[in-house]
Amino acid sequence: MNGAEKKARFIAPDTLIGKRIPKMDAPEKASGKTRYIHDIDLPGQLYGKILRSTRVHALIKSIDTAAARALPGVHAVITAADIVNQRPIGVAKDHFPLKTDKVRSLRDEVAAVAAESEQIALEALKLIRVEYEDLPILTDPAEALKPGATLIHPEPRQPGGQDALKPSGPVAFTGKPDNVAMRFDYCHGDVVQAEAESDVVVEDTFKLHYVTHCCMGVSGMIADFDSSGNLIMYSNTQVPFLHKREFAEYLNMDPARIRIIQPAIGGGFGSKLDIYPFEVICVFLAQAAKRPVKLVFTREEEFISSPTRQPVLLTLRSGCKKDGTLTFRVVNTLHDNGAYTSWGATTPFVMMQTFSSLYRVPHCDYHTTAVYTNNPYAGSFRGYGNLQATFAVEAHMDKLAEAIGMDALDFRLKNAQAQGEVTGQGMEFDSCGFKECLDTAAERSDFRRKFAENLKNRNSSDPIKHGVGIASMLHVGGGAKIYPSDGCGTILKLDDFGQVTLITGASEIGQGSETVLSQLVCEELGLPMSALTVVNNDTAITPWDVGVHASRTTFIAGNSALGAARLAKAKVLAAAARKFECPASDLDLRGGHVIKAASGEALIDLPRLMRNLHFSDKAELVMTTFYYEPPSSYQDKRYKGNVSAAYAWASQVVEVEVDTETGIVKMTRITAAHDVGRVLNRLGIEGQIEGGVVMGQGYALTESLIIENGVTRNPNFRDYKLVTAPEIPEIDITFIETMDGEGPQGAKGVGEAPAICVAAATANAIYNATGVRIYGLPFTPERVYRALHGKGEKLVPLTAKAA
Amino acid sequence: MSLKHDIEFTLNGVRRQASVRVDMSALDMLRDVVGLTGTKYGCGEGECGACTILVDGKSLNSCLLFAVDCNGRNIVTIEGLAADAKADALRAAFVEYGAVQCGYCTPGMVVQASHLLATHPQADADAIKRGIEGNLCRCTGYKKIVEAIASVNAADKQGARP
Ligand code: FES
Ligand code: FES
Repeated sequence: MNGAEKKARFIAPDTLIGKRIPKMDAPEKASGKTRYIHDIDLPGQLYGKILRSTRVHALIKSIDTAAARALPGVHAVITAADIVNQRPIGVAKDHFPLKTDKVRSLRDEVAAVAAESEQIALEALKLIRVEYEDLPILTDPAEALKPGATLIHPEPRQPGGQDALKPSGPVAFTGKPDNVAMRFDYCHGDVVQAEAESDVVVEDTFKLHYVTHCCMGVSGMIADFDSSGNLIMYSNTQVPFLHKREFAEYLNMDPARIRIIQPAIGGGFGSKLDIYPFEVICVFLAQAAKRPVKLVFTREEEFISSPTRQPVLLTLRSGCKKDGTLTFRVVNTLHDNGAYTSWGATTPFVMMQTFSSLYRVPHCDYHTTAVYTNNPYAGSFRGYGNLQATFAVEAHMDKLAEAIGMDALDFRLKNAQAQGEVTGQGMEFDSCGFKECLDTAAERSDFRRKFAENLKNRNSSDPIKHGVGIASMLHVGGGAKIYPSDGCGTILKLDDFGQVTLITGASEIGQGSETVLSQLVCEELGLPMSALTVVNNDTAITPWDVGVHASRTTFIAGNSALGAARLAKAKVLAAAARKFECPASDLDLRGGHVIKAASGEALIDLPRLMRNLHFSDKAELVMTTFYYEPPSSYQDKRYKGNVSAAYAWASQVVEVEVDTETGIVKMTRITAAHDVGRVLNRLGIEGQIEGGVVMGQGYALTESLIIENGVTRNPNFRDYKLVTAPEIPEIDITFIETMDGEGPQGAKGVGEAPAICVAAATANAIYNATGVRIYGLPFTPERVYRALHGKGEKLVPLTAKAA
Repeated sequence: MSLKHDIEFTLNGVRRQASVRVDMSALDMLRDVVGLTGTKYGCGEGECGACTILVDGKSLNSCLLFAVDCNGRNIVTIEGLAADAKADALRAAFVEYGAVQCGYCTPGMVVQASHLLATHPQADADAIKRGIEGNLCRCTGYKKIVEAIASVNAADKQGARP
């Protein structure tokens, strides 16, 4: 070897953790080269279009498709009658992709067409004649609950409720004796006793509205069967492996014959967590036409037929002692489920965590009912019920503090959870920077001083009032044990050029998971980011993962990637130890080389070592796999248990200017302090917080999907107001690094957190500015003006019985 | 089916012809007839800016422009900006400053930003915000987009970039 003659090279230690790492797919995206579902065409592909109901609630008397079928260029026209043994989809299996005898909301799919062009498909839709017989419309959940109300899902689907397809199989949805879609009841402690012992009790009713995801890339998919009858779906799903299994069930196919490929996704935010009728219909069309079929929504269709955030009516009763100790909470909520059940109905799982455990609440009672109506149905949306719950809880934190004459911040600090606590609901906080979040956000925004000053200026002659408000949030940050597994698999492969391929089950939906996972692997293997390629979008290649939800990817997929990287590192070092005849513990990986751990002296570059291994008589490959399952537990029947391996915390201070003459609320500044465990990619995590904060701003101030009598009135960006660039507040972010013991490099999940408490803090800021509390969202000029002039909406409190 | 028209125009520096339906938008022509998919559909109604292109040096929503009206014009899309040094600096800044998440709004943003910098070289952060008011982004909260655009402008002022 001539190595001895070469001058020794030393490599200094370096780290990727906490750095500003540009998103790996950004160069392609910024050049317009990235292919989204909309940009992909397959040879021989047809275009699918869906005919939706024109009625809100009606019986389908007849559908005449003859003229549509006769149109040149039309390859398939399908209705429920054409599908043998159509099976219901969705969380409660109450939803047939193509409606059979009845439409229950305006979005309902009645027929679908596959044609040579979009134009022809649209022409064909116009030729389909549907006869309806209207039924009474139910759009108020309280009305829908009353005895004698028209039933939205009355019929037994099959005699005896058995699934016709598999006589011994699971029971399909069989109809309902009332309009209750789901109920949740939770309690810890004794609220009656606690109320008796309280010095102050407050009760209020809150009304949270419809908003929707507005992913900039509209929904779409391509379904293609190969010549052996295997199904390939080009899909935007956030949960490819669950999707695959469920599609197999709906299509009565072997799951092994379904492959899901995910092109780049134009935004997710929870919207792509369920299976939707359009996806199943696209597959039906491909089956019927025996050609690949692409089905992409228009923006209007996206507004009308995508799921919404869960609208909620909520009555909260809370108490405390004079010394500021919280005593109890009683919550009754009524959820408008819409016509079908998607994930929106299960948001109470998350809401109850905030009621029971954000602050120390010794006694808590929570009852919720989701009710079928003929409105659009709610799905999962970033924050998953937590925005709604936090809005109510944080209003009461202010109210109680004011009632006992305590400072709003001190009151929160006194009741805030701390590390090591186990809540009444069984959540265990191994790392918890809540108090630091409160202190930091308050200090950096000068909260106490501004709060006091604004109070003084409330009655000044200036019509512009300034307000400052604080709110905090708790959210899962270490996965969420909901499905049979909360795990994620990784395959790591080192090639003969020292290039690493990270094959992960975790989907990239724009949030930057591919970059963070690569960073964790490169850190472990001492490689630059450029040494890594990620494969994350093909179920035929990638290992299992439960999907992108519950802010879990950095934590779960991160730990999985880290596990695989550690195994690979051990293999590489063992090989190097054999070669250099020293213990592996003397060696390390750094700067693309095997080095002496003590001195940093480079011994061999990784590509050379890899080739030595491959092309030796042992012919060894470095390829590792790892499956990570977090150490959390399922909730028991009473919803108690430590569902997440870690929890994220945040406090945000919002500053506003309220124009009392117009009702216009301007958000001027948001000071956010987030306990994220540890910052992995500073650039990426800042982007998550900023994007989430502005999404929260939209929820608070501008966004509202207006549904009147079951009809979506504003299905476009002109009337559904997203926040635009000139409206964004100044955003100040501090990260509290609590180094979670279980998190990858100490990190916890953060994806949903930033959107959660903005509206709550804004409500408190408006109160600070004006002395008027507003119980409904969004804070549009009209709503604020009315409230300021004593004409605010009067909400009827819910009782346990009403809910 | 609908009537077709033959038109001729310059696309990203190259003269070309196309046969288009009279009711077709420039956006559909670019994507479906020409096959350049960098220009995105976000709303089809001039409300989101995902489809922004340059027409004779002006930025326009291509979803609102009829394809036939491209006749005789000089059209530049995100793909055509590849030849432009300033746009290259913009793209690099979008990457470096973290202005890209899902990326769906990004091509429209980059085209709009390059037009903004060309027409308002003095634009400060507020002017940049107003300049991209018509471009919606659901992911980033705009802050990093504004920072990215401002960085190119600042570098320009210092003469650090051509
Ligand atoms: S697609 Fe043209 S502005 Fe939205
Ligand atoms: S990056 Fe997703 S819409 Fe802008």
